[in-house]
Amino acid sequence: MDLLDKLTILSDAAKYDAACTSSGVRRGFQPGKIGNTSSSIAGCCHSFSADGRCITLLKVLMTNCCSYDCKYCINRRSNDVRRAAFTPKELADLTIEFYRRNYIEGLFLSSGVLRSPDYTTELMIRSLRMLREDYGFNGYIHAKAIPGTSPELVQQLGLLADRLSVNIELPSQEGLQTLAPDKTKQAILKPMGLIRDQASQSKQELVKFRHAPVFAPAGQSTQLIVGATQDSDRHILHLTQSLYDKYKLKRVFYSAYVPVVEHALLPSIDTKPPLLREHRLYQADWLLRFYGFRAEELLNEDTPDFNPLIDPKCHWAIGHMEQFPVEVMRADYEMLLRVPGIGPVSARRIISARRTTHLRFEDLKKLGVVLKRAQFFITCCGRMRSGLHFSAATLVQQLAAIEQGQLPDETAQQLSLFDSVG
Amino acid sequence: MKRHSNCPFLILWGDMMAWDEVIYQYDSTFDGFLCCVFESYTNKEFPTAFYGDEDCCLLSFYSVRTVITVPEHARRVYRSIVKLSPTAADLLRKGFLTCLPDKELHLYRLVRKLYREGSSFLKNQADEVYHPIAKAIRHMNGELEKLRGFVRFSDYNGVLGAEIEPKNRVLPLLRHHFCNRYANESLFIYDRTHKELLLYAKGRSRIIPVDNVHLSLPGEEEVHYRALWKRFYETIAIKERYNPRCQNTFMPKRYRGTMTEFLPVDHEAQRALQNSPENTALPDRTL
Repeated sequence: MDLLDKLTILSDAAKYDAACTSSGVRRGFQPGKIGNTSSSIAGCCHSFSADGRCITLLKVLMTNCCSYDCKYCINRRSNDVRRAAFTPKELADLTIEFYRRNYIEGLFLSSGVLRSPDYTTELMIRSLRMLREDYGFNGYIHAKAIPGTSPELVQQLGLLADRLSVNIELPSQEGLQTLAPDKTKQAILKPMGLIRDQASQSKQELVKFRHAPVFAPAGQSTQLIVGATQDSDRHILHLTQSLYDKYKLKRVFYSAYVPVVEHALLPSIDTKPPLLREHRLYQADWLLRFYGFRAEELLNEDTPDFNPLIDPKCHWAIGHMEQFPVEVMRADYEMLLRVPGIGPVSARRIISARRTTHLRFEDLKKLGVVLKRAQFFITCCGRMRSGLHFSAATLVQQLAAIEQGQLPDETAQQLSLFDSVG
Repeated sequence: MKRHSNCPFLILWGDMMAWDEVIYQYDSTFDGFLCCVFESYTNKEFPTAFYGDEDCCLLSFYSVRTVITVPEHARRVYRSIVKLSPTAADLLRKGFLTCLPDKELHLYRLVRKLYREGSSFLKNQADEVYHPIAKAIRHMNGELEKLRGFVRFSDYNGVLGAEIEPKNRVLPLLRHHFCNRYANESLFIYDRTHKELLLYAKGRSRIIPVDNVHLSLPGEEEVHYRALWKRFYETIAIKERYNPRCQNTFMPKRYRGTMTEFLPVDHEAQRALQNSPENTALPDRTL
């Protein structure tokens, strides 16, 4: 099999993994090596595929041979697909040559489980070691830790990679039992705890010894599949929150379930991936990480799911109208962040600008505030925006109209003047 | 502190009454611009327009002064600005690279306001004088961030070469990133819009004006990797999630003319055929 075929099979098998970022680590040029990691905090996107997703890393599997039989996965052993495996040298050559041409920021290496988790991880370690040591590759590497791997091997993998991830995939134990009988919740959470502990230990050692080896400096991430099981948004978001709290994760990715296989336990094959739901979950995830929200504030037992028509921040604000309107000249940073249409950057600009001038609505626009959303929730020098008409009953409609026609998928956005008022 | 009206013209009108209005012709360099500021204050005149060397001004109502770049004058002006506000100095440097129409006039107004009022107005990005420049720099930073990812190199006999078509003059700002990333390589990036070439080899880099760059034909290995990349690019998209609008938002079409995944593997040969078939050699200037 030639390299072009292998690349096709092994990138096709890896594409459902959402994690594709190169963020979280800054490493300059080192003599004798090739590459650095991106200087910007957000990482660096090198291209965007036809589905609008960012391409940052060469995302491939080591092999798509797998001894597991997870029902949702195209690589499960009972599926009849072509199988292939990279040799360490092929993978290293491909990474270096793509990197030299600035196609990619680094390598994302995952794998099917060949023989056993330990055997597979050893294969991955051998490739990464060749890339790092023989080829002197200093760019970004994201490696997948396979549940069930022994701690010594995870340790070695973490010393070679910038970021490690363990995919949870199904957000609940019941989901795992029915759809991924070879995996258990404990087996998945164990390596996550291990990675967390080793990363913090490595940080402590770095304080004492300047040249101590660095373990996964960009932290760890995970992925949850949305829409394969019946779990609510609330369940997923609470899980996310506890992953950030307990396991110190850097990112949680959501992947709208794309039906690739037919199975009685799964949504039917012609189901469309729930892209809008995924979009709302990402927005909520941002609120947890950058806006100081907690999962409990956003969703509770009475409203277990987001309103797909409006974003989670508007959803929250409408439920807490007693806290609005906010006076932009006086509100503190935390409160400004809670206003729909104001983000960390524009909140900082407001705080800086209001020291020298009285802000007007036109000024807010220049500072980057999305006024069409924010106008319902703020006052400038004590006044609401002139000519603004709304009531508690129409607000949802007015906010939903802003995004109309710009959302992914679904016909659910067909707004009518007459439904869901109030 | 005295409060001024928000309209820049009114501010300027007030103290400009006695100053002559002129057009400045200068060499289009940053130092040249600083010398224009110098001339404006020494001659008590107010520039209504700036022209570079090439675009000679047509018949005009105003008199034209040709400003000669004196490094010493530029240094004096720059030092005075840094002393008032290092942020403002950085804004001027960056603002000068943007594609903001009449950028010199905007930057000149910024300098004037800085001299008159001090730097406190720079806290407010909505300020009438500051906002156009802040916005232009934001636009440039956006382009810069995209280009860090979208620049595509080809291996021409061991030398990495790329072409870009940016709106802003981003080469000086891309320089550090790429020279750092490929420190062990030799590379060039040609800016088609501004006709500038960034050259780097063995730890030293230069930016020089060049009229055109003829690219040599890619070798077999180069074609092989282009084909691999194109295949990866097509395979990685999930067709059930096809979303061209999202793709266009993040990667506007104007960038795609120089990106491998949207070009045929032998695009140099096709271009050479369209132009003059006999003229395919290495870049005009090599290191």
